[in-house]
Amino acid sequence: MIEHRFDAVIVGAGGAGLRAATELAGLHVAVVSKLYPPRSHTGAAQGGIGAALGNLEEDHPEWHTFDTIKGGDYLVDQDAADLMCQEAVETVYELEHWGLPFDRTPDGLIAQRRFGGHTRNFGEGPVRRACHAADRTGHMILQTLYQQCLKHGVHFFDEFQMLDLLIEDGRCHGLVAYEIDTGELHTFHAKAVLLATGGFGRIFKVTSNAHALTGDGVAIPWRRGLPLEDMEFFQFHPTGIYKLGILLSEAARGEGAVLINGKGERFMERYAPTLKDLAPRDMISRFMHMEIREGRGIEGKDYLHLDFRHLGKDIIAQKLPDITEFVRVYLGIDPTREPVPIQPTAHYAMGGVPTNNDGQVIMDERNTPVAGLYAAGECACVSVHGANRLGTNSLVDILVFGRRAGRHIARTVRESDLVAGRANPGSAVAAEIRDLLARTEGESVAAIRAALQEEMMARASVFRTGGDLTSALETIQTLKERYRRAKIDDRGRRFNTDLLEALELGFLLDLAEATVASALNRTESRGAHFREDFPNRDDANWLKHTLIYRRRDGYEFRYKPVVITRFQPKERKY
Amino acid sequence: MEVRYRIKRFNPERDRAPHWEEYKVPAEPTDRVLDGLHYVKWYIDGTLALRRSCAHGICGSDAMMINGRNQLACKILIKDAGRRVTVEPIRGMRVIKDLVVDMEPFFEKYRAVMPWLIAHDPAPEAERRQSPQERARFDDTTKCILCAACTTSCPIFWADGEYVGPAAIVNAHRFIFDSRDQGAEQRLAILAERSGVFRCKTTFNCTDACPRGIEVTKAIQDVKQAILLRRI
Repeated sequence: MIEHRFDAVIVGAGGAGLRAATELAGLHVAVVSKLYPPRSHTGAAQGGIGAALGNLEEDHPEWHTFDTIKGGDYLVDQDAADLMCQEAVETVYELEHWGLPFDRTPDGLIAQRRFGGHTRNFGEGPVRRACHAADRTGHMILQTLYQQCLKHGVHFFDEFQMLDLLIEDGRCHGLVAYEIDTGELHTFHAKAVLLATGGFGRIFKVTSNAHALTGDGVAIPWRRGLPLEDMEFFQFHPTGIYKLGILLSEAARGEGAVLINGKGERFMERYAPTLKDLAPRDMISRFMHMEIREGRGIEGKDYLHLDFRHLGKDIIAQKLPDITEFVRVYLGIDPTREPVPIQPTAHYAMGGVPTNNDGQVIMDERNTPVAGLYAAGECACVSVHGANRLGTNSLVDILVFGRRAGRHIARTVRESDLVAGRANPGSAVAAEIRDLLARTEGESVAAIRAALQEEMMARASVFRTGGDLTSALETIQTLKERYRRAKIDDRGRRFNTDLLEALELGFLLDLAEATVASALNRTESRGAHFREDFPNRDDANWLKHTLIYRRRDGYEFRYKPVVITRFQPKERKY
Repeated sequence: MEVRYRIKRFNPERDRAPHWEEYKVPAEPTDRVLDGLHYVKWYIDGTLALRRSCAHGICGSDAMMINGRNQLACKILIKDAGRRVTVEPIRGMRVIKDLVVDMEPFFEKYRAVMPWLIAHDPAPEAERRQSPQERARFDDTTKCILCAACTTSCPIFWADGEYVGPAAIVNAHRFIFDSRDQGAEQRLAILAERSGVFRCKTTFNCTDACPRGIEVTKAIQDVKQAILLRRI
């Protein structure tokens, strides 16, 4: 066991982690990540980052706040959304000052485009709010933040996998990580740990998420007795490449592309007369499934078309070059000539590790913080996305709350001393690894993972019922049994990704379980969580956040009120 | 259809030298080469080591030599790679295990060109202005995903590990030609050194290898010109 001491350790080197790291550059800080930082999934974000700069038309942070709350089907904590949309503006300018190459207006300002659910004057019509760099905005954000971290000499532990958190008596003392190159375990003692590990879309079969997105930083605190918030809300993005799930940005529709069914109809006009193809993602994904179910898929099959053809070659080449290339490479289709087969793809976890507005992880419905433990970005639930996140707001979230968490950590570590945690902090992890390496008989991790992903896709995706969720939960229990007997081939110490994939499957199983159990528990439909057996939103009983705790004999649910300041819940119409 | 994967294997805990192994993989023409590598790893031999993450050509993890050319395994399909696919690690780097190489020297060269905006003038409250034309000037080199396909396809780099290499030059170019940057002089001085741009013999391997379609050799030529003419 190799020991390290830092003021703060950040786990994950995507946008949230790196943005926090830049705030902490003057302190003794380390970033631990299982990937090299530029490989993080922030780099796959495409369309833009929302901020009411008003560069092309009138816009205000209050309008952005309203859209975020309505988009989240009123499960958004309004104080947090308000902070986020206000601070979005300065964080975007900050990125520009750090060199982010935004596209420009003819006047040299940051260019902005339309995006789903973003409106002027509280819902009157679409507004140009998404600040963009072609369709590779996330790539530019990740690069810019990494560059700033290098400039400030941030200490990186690249290709280190977190496997446990040291939590005792309501305080976090550090973490245990596995060095992938050598197979060594490392203990990082720290006054503060920030979880910034991203999402867990890999619980589903068809997903836009990278292979690395196994929710390590969500599963570990849950195993350590902390709650997860609003896990039933998982967003399906409407436009994934058919079967592959690779994302085709909402920016395509922001620039004018439209969804077409098997009868050649622009069906979103029927469902959302004002915003049409720019309605929020939860609604569009649901309507797509309805079209397919009613036999109006393309040739009666389980996909629809995204049609770019009328945009013209120049717009497509200038504004959507990457997604055009994805379509060309993976489907062999030229989107300027042919419509593109698409289906909803598992994209974003609204739920996660509950935090307050400074990124402090909280342990109960009274918002009691866990000293020394923070979370930001997709792994966290503030909640600014409520029951459904708006496009562009994930990038806003990682910057604003990465920064807020970083600032709070900076204050905390200056005021506190390093406390030694328990002895042998890595012993549980070491035993788990020894156990996995010792098993010589058993079934493969890949088969169990594939079964999990199929089951989640079939029974816990866009449409859900109590019956389906109950059987999904039983399946997951069976898979967990099988997982306890799974075997791996690689018993070596060097770059043993066989072992890592097995450990990651353990995280995925836990997160699928929390997702399904929470979905079964919430007997209403709201945002991305749609129960066919409870098709209406039920504010009287369910205008509240779920907290799920793992208990020896099952789960405990507790509830946290939604913070409502200015905007009373209304029916969502677009 | 069945595809034969021939993979260069090396396990430092077991092997003294690399060797080739063959695997039969069921595949569709539209599958990625990466899908076949996953098949090997998941259903034939779990000890196969490779890096990958996004699986659609954005994260830069899975650059490898496929059928003799540097490519991203997630961005080349079986219909283009053929029924016999040869996979080996990118060249010129220490192999850690199988297809995984030590990336540290690569990132060290990247860091050497100071890949961050250098701007001495105080920033305005809102954005700095930049015209679309100024922005277009360095657009191509902003696309780099640091996969190392270019640098490890360069014969100069193979022969001389001191050479800073195409990827680092691309990332210097991205700032040198950014109208907001004031660090050109420092960067050009670094790239004028013996390990810098003048090692390039314009073989265009780097441009051919870039999975992002960056005109790497042109970027290197732009930097050479800027050094020689002392103007950007």
